[in-house]
Amino acid sequence: MKFTLKIWRQKNAEAKGAFVTYEIDDISPEMSFLEMLDALNKGLVEENKDPVAFDHDCREGICGSCGMYINGHPHGPVPAVTTCLLSMRHFRDGETITVEPWRAKPFPVIKDLMVDRSALDKIQTAGGFISVNTGSAPEANSILVKKHDADEAFNSGICIGCGACVAACKNASAMLFVSAKISQFALLPQGRIEAKERVRSMVEKMDDLGFGNCSNTGACEAECPKQIKLTNIARLKREFYKAL
Amino acid sequence: MEKLVSKIPEGPLAEKWTRYKANVKLVSPANKKKLEIIVVGTGVAGSGAASALGELGYNVKVFCYNDTPRRAHAIASQGGVNAAKNYQNDGDSVYRLFLDMIKGGDYRSREGNVYRAAEVSNQVIDHFTALGVPFARDYGGTLTTRSFGGVQVSRTFYAKGQTGQQCLLGAYSSLNRQIKKGTVTMYPRREMLDLVVIEGRARGIIVRNLITGKLERYGAHAVVLATGGYGTIFYLSTLAVHSNGSAAWKAHRRGALFANPSFIQIHPTSIPQLNEFQSKLTLMSESLRNDGRIWVPKAKSDKRPPNEIPEEERDYYLERRYPAFGNLVPRDIASRAAKERCDAGYGVGQTGLAVYLDFRDAIKKQGEKAIESKYGNLFDMYSTITGTDPYKEPMRIYPAGHYTMGGLWVDYELMTTIPGLYAIGESNFSDHGANRLGAASLMQIAADGYFILPNTIGNYLSDQIRVPKISTDGPEFGEAEKTVMEKLEKLVSIKGKQTATSFHKRLGKIMWDHCGMIRNKTGLTKALVMIDELEKEFWSDLSVPGTVDELNNELEKANRVSDFFELARLLVSDALAREESCGAHFREEYQTPDGEALRNDEKFAYVAAWEYAGEGKPHILHKEELTFENVEMKVRSYK
Repeated sequence: MKFTLKIWRQKNAEAKGAFVTYEIDDISPEMSFLEMLDALNKGLVEENKDPVAFDHDCREGICGSCGMYINGHPHGPVPAVTTCLLSMRHFRDGETITVEPWRAKPFPVIKDLMVDRSALDKIQTAGGFISVNTGSAPEANSILVKKHDADEAFNSGICIGCGACVAACKNASAMLFVSAKISQFALLPQGRIEAKERVRSMVEKMDDLGFGNCSNTGACEAECPKQIKLTNIARLKREFYKAL
Repeated sequence: MEKLVSKIPEGPLAEKWTRYKANVKLVSPANKKKLEIIVVGTGVAGSGAASALGELGYNVKVFCYNDTPRRAHAIASQGGVNAAKNYQNDGDSVYRLFLDMIKGGDYRSREGNVYRAAEVSNQVIDHFTALGVPFARDYGGTLTTRSFGGVQVSRTFYAKGQTGQQCLLGAYSSLNRQIKKGTVTMYPRREMLDLVVIEGRARGIIVRNLITGKLERYGAHAVVLATGGYGTIFYLSTLAVHSNGSAAWKAHRRGALFANPSFIQIHPTSIPQLNEFQSKLTLMSESLRNDGRIWVPKAKSDKRPPNEIPEEERDYYLERRYPAFGNLVPRDIASRAAKERCDAGYGVGQTGLAVYLDFRDAIKKQGEKAIESKYGNLFDMYSTITGTDPYKEPMRIYPAGHYTMGGLWVDYELMTTIPGLYAIGESNFSDHGANRLGAASLMQIAADGYFILPNTIGNYLSDQIRVPKISTDGPEFGEAEKTVMEKLEKLVSIKGKQTATSFHKRLGKIMWDHCGMIRNKTGLTKALVMIDELEKEFWSDLSVPGTVDELNNELEKANRVSDFFELARLLVSDALAREESCGAHFREEYQTPDGEALRNDEKFAYVAAWEYAGEGKPHILHKEELTFENVEMKVRSYK
């Protein structure tokens, strides 16, 4: 397969970026989007040119490192897939593909397609935990959890922290991300004890860091590679009002 | 080097850990605040250790190369965590778990360490549950378990096929709690490039800030490596593409012995390679073998679609060869059996390097919904990557490089041969012998990080309370920084034509072909020559654009590959020296008439711990003899 790539190149956080066009050939449909970029970079490096920088690591959709805007969608046009697992068979031969970094004020560009998502860690540090010291946990089966609640907690807990929800949102809201952690712990008896303090701290930090508010557009849910549900945001709001 | 002392406590197996803890030296709370500890790596072991040490009141600095600690590759562990809870009333116990691990490791691990890991396993489950890890539950609200390869009890706690993710995020949450409290300081996007040793003790590290490219110095009273395994030496593996062996290798060059480097687990069920640009092989959890049946056609080069091959023309070769364990034989055995069938011409798919993992019968019996609830995410992942639907057609799988049982040599306290340097999790060699059992990894790394290291490190630090804060201005820091800088400058100055990745691929192929699932003297000897040649080419034709003091992904890769050449040589030498077959190490020359591994307990019941002797010099072998006081060394049989 053959593609024309329009890729955002930006030397560093201060530099002004611009789209640069590349032609690429000999891409097989089994390749992932990142493997296609690897092929592009191989050519650049062999000519001693600066390769396109992007974050990536596990390449199996679980670490949350990768993420870029592809043809106007975070992680590309296929639902429920991270960029590393996005297969080139989903693109038309000869297609022009536009690639950009996450665009959100709390995620400044570091270089090319790499952005700084440390704001997400700061929110987790504010309260995304259950306070239990090593060695003091009770026998595991002394905490009973309804299967339904445990399954729901799991469904919220699978967020990979890639930031696609923020990038997708016109308000750069981190509500889906925050609500996933709030929900996971709100659904479990272990997490209920600190529920009020947790939701207050995390929401406050989220606001401080410049993330926007939720206006119920639902873009985050549509673009989330792990299909975290919008109902988590409803739970976040309930938890927040209960904590006031 | 003096004789290796494993420091296994005296007394009966079941009392060793309790006795150790009762007699270990302690550090008072007031003194803990003054002591600094560096932890490198933020997987379950690293994040767990940092959290537990922070809770104790130590001053902890944590480093990772990713943008956030939550990305460490423990995140990709799928199947589960073993523990000896015996919730299923199926005859499990700490002793049974210990036995399974000793046998599964083919009698090449220490009794004392393995028993302790089994003993601590129950606390691991308690702790993760308390941290809010959403393990699978039964309708009555209790935790449920599943079976895993190589054992006959059901003791694996799980969260669908994402147990590692949930455990790592649990560890990340406890780490965050300590960061908020101020006991732990987090340094992301830093890669450790050297260890600083002062007067024989580990006192700090040199890291490269991956954003600015600048080298930074950090000092501490003790250094803990939790830097994972080196399975990416094969290039294609189930690991994250940035996983590497450099931190452990640097510690090795500074004096830490490296144990059993050739013990690398090849995981039997990964998605096969689909294209030449492929950057990794994705694992399909071993738990799938609970319900999936592995087969190849009975006829060679049978090109019919799998669903058109009738039952009587299918060879369920694991069930045929190993009736007692069937599809649940340990990983090393399942991997070799797949290779044997493919090499004999029965493999499937375009390349012939794949076998089927079929859920037809399980779906018929249990229904699609039940299978979906157990493996939904794995099935989705498979169809996303391959474009075929495993609910309708069998998966195609093939073995891939996975987990390194080998690693830095540590004693019972998890300390390496450099005083003050500890290695935990996959980066040490401790508990898995020559083959790791499924779901024993999350168990061991959590045990090391949360429960073992925090109890043993005080024994060393109690003597360090009078040592002031370590200054990073001394000559040792300067020398280490200079060594690192010279190497980085050299890498960017070659200005050749080939990428670091292209060298990595070629090195990986040498290792996979000659030091992979099956090894022999001729191939290993040849590999040593090939590695040398490739390394020479690397240092004369590598292309790294850009400079040292800026963000430079290519430089990061090149530096890791340069270390892999050295590690590869040691790995091959270790495989050559071990003239027996055991666990994942299968030497063609040493097998039984029916093709099973032939151990040589008289000559090789030891841990091979290698000492770095200097640039270009052969490594020196030290042997830690393994003694078995509680179990009888048997021929491992799963028939």
